[in-house]
Amino acid sequence: MAKSHVSMTVNGKKVEELVEPRTLLIHFLREQLHLTGPHIGCDTSHCGACTVDLDGKSVKSCTVFTVQANGADIRTIEGMAAADGTLHVLQEAFREMHGLQCGFCTPGMITRAYRLLQENKNPTEEEIRLGISGNLCRCTGYQNIVKAIQYAAAKISGVPFQEAAE
Amino acid sequence: MIPGPFAYHRPASVKEAVSLLGSLGEDARAIAGGHSLIPMMKLRLASPAHLIDLAGVADLKGIHEDGRDVVIGAMTTQHEVIESKLLGEKIPILRETSFVIADPQVRYVGTLGGNVANGDPGNDMPAVMMCLNASYHAAGKSGERRIAAREFYQGAYFTALEPGEIVTAIRIPAPATGHGYAYEKLKRKVGDYATAAAAVVLTMSGGKVASCSIGLTNVAETPLWAEATAKILTGSTLDAATVKKAVAAAEAITSPATDSRGPAAYRTKMAGVMLTRALARAKERAGA
Repeated sequence: MAKSHVSMTVNGKKVEELVEPRTLLIHFLREQLHLTGPHIGCDTSHCGACTVDLDGKSVKSCTVFTVQANGADIRTIEGMAAADGTLHVLQEAFREMHGLQCGFCTPGMITRAYRLLQENKNPTEEEIRLGISGNLCRCTGYQNIVKAIQYAAAKISGVPFQEAAE
Repeated sequence: MIPGPFAYHRPASVKEAVSLLGSLGEDARAIAGGHSLIPMMKLRLASPAHLIDLAGVADLKGIHEDGRDVVIGAMTTQHEVIESKLLGEKIPILRETSFVIADPQVRYVGTLGGNVANGDPGNDMPAVMMCLNASYHAAGKSGERRIAAREFYQGAYFTALEPGEIVTAIRIPAPATGHGYAYEKLKRKVGDYATAAAAVVLTMSGGKVASCSIGLTNVAETPLWAEATAKILTGSTLDAATVKKAVAAAEAITSPATDSRGPAAYRTKMAGVMLTRALARAKERAGA
């Protein structure tokens, strides 16, 4: 099958590549661009480990063809930290609040939480839980992930983070 | 999982899309959000030789009023349905329904047109569209036509769409101001299809049901419009005895499959429970 030419912006960099139309975005990112932060978990659009930000939307990159993303602006977990290595506030939050154990779901969790906080600066706990309901974690029971997102939201708003009483 | 190979087409207009579908024939499939089709392709349950991506067709986007109707472009995503002020004000049951479809990531991409046109009995919007008496604008090589949602669904994945036709918009007569509504869905987890779900739109007058329409999701090969059930309820105060009679009538038209969501008899009963809850919540929301 003839390859298609695609160009897009990934983590602020312009990329131009040839892909088979059937190439899924997750395979393109991982195997062609060597961005292995987005993970393949379930491969059936349930788990959210492959979540990336695409034109201001969180999408499951296992369920998007690369050709559909032609011209898009994409951000993966690799594009979260600053160029000098300073962690993004969400990355710092996941570290501070122990929002991960094995870490497999973390890139998807953070890229999803990034978009959630872009849309809602001060989400309630329920809004956070609904907002990450497309991301599965099999280690943490979500408690510390939710806390991490609350921590990041508080820090972005410049207010002290207060943990809710257990 | 890697789908079979295909050629990718990205038309810029409905006319171009329809002409591609017409000329490429049975080997071609239109793709909207792709969150039903791409998983099928990954499992090789679908292997179209040509994919016609509707994402570049500007005419399929947008939500506008046309007289007393609201017309929603087929490529409007579930996320856009949730965000729409106009829909929130005029047809709030759509927002409530979108919220229980899949998960946030899927809702950013999944479209209303895809949800109603695919013919999957597990999809939530078809029963809501039957409840609302929506119609679908379809475009094909022989022109455009409108198909009532209540006449659209013929079997699992079988619809009134002819080969080569696509749904371009959904037209919904806005329910009366002060109407009550509810979409109640029982599911095992976020992202699941309904074990059973019920859509209710009603108006109340002097404490009695003045009008009522009911749709049921995933308890038959097609979504169901429970016309007889609504007739039983009309004129009543939604008293327990009448609701019980109506629920029995609704249960009688279901024929769910026994599957991982439960045995058929359970799913029928759950349709009744969802209907009872939806009626109560719709009544609460309705103006007198």
